[in-house]
Amino acid sequence: MIYVNNLSKLFGDFVAVNDLTFNILPGDVVGFLGPNGAGKSTTMKMLTGFLAPSTGGIQIADLSMAEDAKKIKKLIGYLPEGAPAYGDMTPIQFLHFIAKIRGLKGKHKAERINTVIKQVDLLGVLDKPIENLSKGFKRRVGLAQAILHDPDILILDEPTDGLDPNQKHQVRELIQNLAKEKIVIISTHILEEVTAVCNRVMIISAGQLRFDASPEALLAKSKYHKAVTLHLSYPSDISGLLELPGVIDMEHERSTGRVTLLTQNGADVLHDVTEHIKDRRLPVDTIFVEQGRLDQVFRDITQGVKA
Amino acid sequence: MGTVFTLFKRELASFFATPVAYVFITIFLILSSVFTFFIGSLYERGQADLLPFFNFHPWLYLFLVPAIAMRTWSEERKSGSIELLMTLPISTLQALLGKFFASWAVLGLSLLLTFPLWLTVNYLGQPDHGVIVAAYVGSWLMAGTFLAIGMCMSAMTKNQVVAFILAVVVCFLFVVSGSNIVLDAFKDWAPSIVIDTIASFSFLTHFESIAKGVLALNDVGYFLISITLWLYASLLIIEHKKAD
Ligand SMILES: Nc1ncnc2c1ncn2[C@@H]1O[C@H](COP(=O)(O)OP(=O)(O)O)[C@@H](O)[C@H]1O
Ligand SMILES: [Mg+2]
Repeated sequence: MIYVNNLSKLFGDFVAVNDLTFNILPGDVVGFLGPNGAGKSTTMKMLTGFLAPSTGGIQIADLSMAEDAKKIKKLIGYLPEGAPAYGDMTPIQFLHFIAKIRGLKGKHKAERINTVIKQVDLLGVLDKPIENLSKGFKRRVGLAQAILHDPDILILDEPTDGLDPNQKHQVRELIQNLAKEKIVIISTHILEEVTAVCNRVMIISAGQLRFDASPEALLAKSKYHKAVTLHLSYPSDISGLLELPGVIDMEHERSTGRVTLLTQNGADVLHDVTEHIKDRRLPVDTIFVEQGRLDQVFRDITQGVKA
Repeated sequence: MGTVFTLFKRELASFFATPVAYVFITIFLILSSVFTFFIGSLYERGQADLLPFFNFHPWLYLFLVPAIAMRTWSEERKSGSIELLMTLPISTLQALLGKFFASWAVLGLSLLLTFPLWLTVNYLGQPDHGVIVAAYVGSWLMAGTFLAIGMCMSAMTKNQVVAFILAVVVCFLFVVSGSNIVLDAFKDWAPSIVIDTIASFSFLTHFESIAKGVLALNDVGYFLISITLWLYASLLIIEHKKAD
C-alpha cells in the first residue's frame, strides 16, 4: 500500500536519492539499511511528506502525496532522525499536544496516552522537561509520539540510536508486538536489528536501491553462509578438513584457534566435518554452522564489490 | 480552527515555560515607563493624554519585537522539531498562524500591562478614553506588523541572532522611511510623488494619527495588509527552506 515510483531527490546538483522504485505491503517490516549519507533519511522525509520529491511520485493508501499530503500524514507515525521534540515541554504535555493535533478525544485519548506511556516506559519522567531527559528517554518520547494514534504505517529513522542494550531490546519488542497488518519501516545501521525484527531488507547506497529481499536472502549472499566454524583446544594438524567434499576454503586464526570452513554454494558439510574430527580425534571443543556474516555482505553490497 | 488553537496554546505555553515572556514583558514595561516619564515628560507636559507613551512605540518595538520573533522558526529548524511539526496532519498556514497569534498575544499582554500609565493620566485630568483605546489598538496592530516582519526573517535562517539583526534592519527601514531625516534627503531633488510613496510605506506615517487616537481606515488597512503580506512571504520561505 506504499507505492514509490522513480523517486529522486536532488539538493542542488547533488543526487541524494536516485530513482527508487518499490512497493511496501501491509505486514512488511522493512529494515532500511545503508551507510551514512546513503539517502535513508531523505527517502523517509519524502515518504512522510516533509520533503517534496524532485521527480517521481509516492502513493500511499490510494492517495497521492502530491495532492493529499494531509490525509496521508494522518495514516503515518513518524520518528524523525534524532527524535526532535519541544524541549520546554514535559513528555505528558507533549503527548497531549500531539494527541490533540491527531484528533484524539476524550476517553480514547486518555487511554491511548496511558497505553503508549506504558509501552515505552515513560512513567518516571512524565513531568520533567524533555530537554533535561537522557538520550534514551528522548528517543522513547519520540517513539511514543509516533505510535500514539496507532498508525497503519510507522516510519522510524534510527529508533535505537543511542540506546543501551536493554532499551534496544525494548524497542525491538515493541515493534514486534505491533499489529501484524501494519507497515513498519526502520532505518538503521545496526545489522543485527534487521534479522531481529524485519521480514524484509532494503539496502540503499549512494541513493540507489542495491538489495531488496528477506533477511535470509541477505544472509545467503554471504560467503560465510552455511560455513562451519570450529575451535581447537590446542594446535593440531587440520589440513585434512580442506580435502572434504564441498569445502572450498579454510580460514585459520592461529592466535585464537578458530577455524572457519567455507563451503561451495552453501553445501551442507557439517556431517562430513564431524566424521573427520572423530576419525582424526581432533581437539575440537566448539563447532557450529554460520548463517552468514551481515557486515561482510553489507560491505560488499554498499561498496559495489561482488558478494 | 481547532488545530490553530491547539498550536497557539502550545506556542503560548512555551513562552511562559521559558523565561522569554517574563523577561520580555518586564523589559517592555521598564522601557516604556522610562521613555514616557523621562524622555516624553508625561508629567511636565501637564496634559491628560498618553501621546508621549505611544509616540515611542515604533522605537520600542524596533528592538523588542524582533527579540520575540527571532525564535519562532529559527529554533524549530535548528532543533529539527520542524520535521515533527510538518509531518503532523496540519498545514503550514495553520502552524504559521498558531505561532503568529501566540507571539502577538504576548505583545498584547505586554500592552495591557501598561494600564497603570492609563490610570496615572487620570490624575492629570480628564483623558479621552476613546482616544486611548484607539491608540492601544493601533499600537497592537503596528506591533503585529513588526512581528510579521520578524517572523519572516526568522523563517530565513536557523540562526536566531542573524534573524534578530535582519529583522531590526528591515523594521528600521520601515520606521525611518517616514522620518524627516530621510524625507529631507529626498526633498531637494525627488518629485513629491516619490517622497509621498516613501513616506506612505513608513510605520511612523501611519502610526502618527493612530497615536492621537484616530483609527483611519487607510492606516488600519495598511497595517493589516502589511501583516498579511509578510506572513505570506514567511509561508513561501518556510515551504522552500524547511529542510535545509
Ligand atoms: N537539506 C540538505 N541539503 C543538502 N544536502 C543534503 C540535505 N539533506 C541531506 N543531504 C545530503 O544527502 C545525502 C543523504 O543524506 P541522508 O538521507 O541524511 O543520509 P542517511 O540518512 O542515509 O545517512 C547526504 O550526503 C547529505 O549530506
Ligand atoms: Mg539518516
